[in-house]
Amino acid sequence: MTSSRTVTRRDVLRLSGAGAAIALGSALVLPSIAHAQPKRGGVLRLAFDSGSASDTLDPAIVGQSFKVTLSFGTLRNNLTEVAGNGDLVPELAESWEATPDAKTWAFKIRKGVEFHNGKTLTPQDVIASVNHHRDKNKKSGARALLKQIEDIRIDGDTIIFSLNAGIADFPWYLSNHSLQICPVIGGKLDVLSGIGTGAYVLQEFEPGVRASGTRNPNYFKTDRAFFDEVRYRSIPDSTARTNALLTGEVDVVVPADIQTIDLLAQRDNIEIFSVVTRSHQVFPMRNTDAPFDNNDVRLAFKHSFDKKTHVERIMRGYGEVGNHQPIAKTDPFYAEGLEDLGYDIDKAKFHLRKAGLSTVNVKLHSAEGLYPGAIDACSLFRESAAPAGINVEVVREPRDGYFANVWRKRPFVASFWRARPTADMLLTTVYAEGAPYNETVWSNERFNTLLVEARSMLDFSGRKERYAEIQRIIRDEGPTIIPAFTHYVGASSNKLAHGQVGSNNTSDNGRLCERWWFA
Amino acid sequence: MTHVNPVVDEPQAPVPPPRVSLAKLSRILSLRLLLGITTLLSVSIVIFAAVQFLPGDAAEILVGQYPDEQTIAVLRRELGLDQPPVLRYLYWVGAALQGDFGNSLTSGRAISDLIGTRLQNTLYLAFYAALIALPSAFVAAIFSVLKPGGLVDRITNTLSLVFLSSPQFLIAYVLVLFLAVSMPLFPSSADMRPNTEIFRFLYICFLPAVTLSAVSAGYMARMMRAVMLDVMERPFIRMAKLKGVTPNRVVLYHTLPNALGSIAAVAALVLAQLILGVVVVETVFVYPGLGQLLVDSVSKRDVTVVQAISLIFACVYILLNLTADLIAILTNPQILYPGND
Repeated sequence: MTSSRTVTRRDVLRLSGAGAAIALGSALVLPSIAHAQPKRGGVLRLAFDSGSASDTLDPAIVGQSFKVTLSFGTLRNNLTEVAGNGDLVPELAESWEATPDAKTWAFKIRKGVEFHNGKTLTPQDVIASVNHHRDKNKKSGARALLKQIEDIRIDGDTIIFSLNAGIADFPWYLSNHSLQICPVIGGKLDVLSGIGTGAYVLQEFEPGVRASGTRNPNYFKTDRAFFDEVRYRSIPDSTARTNALLTGEVDVVVPADIQTIDLLAQRDNIEIFSVVTRSHQVFPMRNTDAPFDNNDVRLAFKHSFDKKTHVERIMRGYGEVGNHQPIAKTDPFYAEGLEDLGYDIDKAKFHLRKAGLSTVNVKLHSAEGLYPGAIDACSLFRESAAPAGINVEVVREPRDGYFANVWRKRPFVASFWRARPTADMLLTTVYAEGAPYNETVWSNERFNTLLVEARSMLDFSGRKERYAEIQRIIRDEGPTIIPAFTHYVGASSNKLAHGQVGSNNTSDNGRLCERWWFA
Repeated sequence: MTHVNPVVDEPQAPVPPPRVSLAKLSRILSLRLLLGITTLLSVSIVIFAAVQFLPGDAAEILVGQYPDEQTIAVLRRELGLDQPPVLRYLYWVGAALQGDFGNSLTSGRAISDLIGTRLQNTLYLAFYAALIALPSAFVAAIFSVLKPGGLVDRITNTLSLVFLSSPQFLIAYVLVLFLAVSMPLFPSSADMRPNTEIFRFLYICFLPAVTLSAVSAGYMARMMRAVMLDVMERPFIRMAKLKGVTPNRVVLYHTLPNALGSIAAVAALVLAQLILGVVVVETVFVYPGLGQLLVDSVSKRDVTVVQAISLIFACVYILLNLTADLIAILTNPQILYPGND
């Protein structure tokens, strides 16, 4: 797990040989900065690359950094929260427990919490907020997350969820940025006004332009929310965003522009923060199409992808080399010690020969703007794979409609997966047999068995074993080239201080406004 | 130089006969108006067709990275995207004629609400830019025709050509680099709020207004110079010069009044350019105007908003063109007065 860092992050990656030692060093140095006493006061000004005139504060509609940070991390709270160090901690739920089959979950709701309008939080608010996403007639980004819920009921100040299958990770689900708790006002759930229990009270919201909030004097977390006021701006143009930071018009930019970040890092008054996430870049190879129906061809492709150069050149060091399996190092179930399936032309040739081929011609589809350098990444692969006899033709597609017209429609494409709250969710979404987003139509019996076993298991070490085997299976037999995990990269004024920056969501798990302070 | 006969110094324009052919004037005007409306209608068809050709529709964009056919189908029905394009066009034009642009596809807000303050902001910025561009172009043009081919003329010529041919974003970034980042005199982004007072507006919008006016001022200076030089070729100017009128007086009292009509027409066209030229400037300076909303809506495939904004831009352009035509007609005696058919 990487922690919040200054520019040393890049040095760490450049000196990959001495990487471990330096990383250890910075981890030892950090706590003294991170645990400085937080101070109250000041106006925090943030600039985001997202934010659109079509934004609303409805948590059912999936948003980007601006909206997530505002509605999820600033105005409202969830039942559970992912702390900066990656642990799950109580938020509006005081505590929770499960039956041994992980099918029934009881969450005790915190007492005496007030919404911004003075209303006290009740279990009814929580139920209505969860059901907001389960209504079949409405669109919600969190519907799939909650489809296992059979029944929700109230027992005093406790809410009991009955699931139709055991889910050990269920408390993690409730930390998802869609599952914000809104108040029931006049018999209806209020999702648009921005009234929540959160650290700041909404003062203005002009979609696509700005928002602001003042400190909630009755915030139930007494050791959080240090700014008097927070002001959000939407600045989609990355040069304008960088300029706003340089001229001191804003204090934080999310994200920082990777193309110019080295120059930004040289400024004395600017600090770069960068955390490795569970989001990763993928090159799915559809299993039903030749030549990808042969695992040796897939292995040859994995061996001919130069992951290190990819991270150094395409991602400019702001990434973590992957190992063709989707579980990130920050995940509690990450399997340590799984040998690296590295760039090796001889092995690639060996596997191709084993598949009875000397050369392969494939088309790789990609689009500019899919992620920074999405076309360059494909060109790099074309160059690195050529010596193995793999001839890649890079096909440029329009970014608009890419996921509707190209992804899952072509056998070999560039794509990415955003972070999922848990390993199970990602694996179930992308690799389980018959899953709607199983982009490669991959099916592996052992994998499917392990996945179902691990899902309902409350015993951590038993789960960890199963997930370790899953990671090995995907690395060796899986359908996808996974070269790297991406970073959340932002830049801030060095007047700001903070603890360990969270890696589960943008801007310190969305909670930058309540976790950071002016030193 | 001062012993010029004041009688000789009178402007040389012919004294007009007092009768204006109203019938002819109204015929010309109604023809222009009709042409304008036809243009607007054809533009509306082009806008509608162009928007249809954008890859992917709002339904697909709304669903995002993880499309599933069912959700998209439901959304398309909700948004009316399953109707044939011709029907959708007729509905749209019909409603737009009644001033109803409909609702945004993505947020459901009324488009008139969405556009209101944005249009206002864009107009403010355009007028601010015009206030900078018009006088500077005017002064530059006058100084350069005082001595055509002279040093001042050559400098203004070169400068106007440079401004005219530089892309707006380049001018914007150069200004930001020197006047906001290196020397923090002005903000690099124009944080325009609903109740911004006038002096604060003039201050925070200085860089965007200068950027916006640079191209137009360059264009206008060249056009005005050409128009005035054209007038100066006329016989009555030669006559004035032969009578010993000083060069300054020739320009200010003889040339200028005769060129004013054409200059006003150029100014109207440039104002249209200023209003339409906001897209880049608003993006670079984070100015919440119509251009920024247009870019935002295109990326979200909010076609109803894109169509409405494009139509407004087309309206502005056609209206100001019409104004330019009108000025040209009213200041052209050959058209205005009978007996020249």
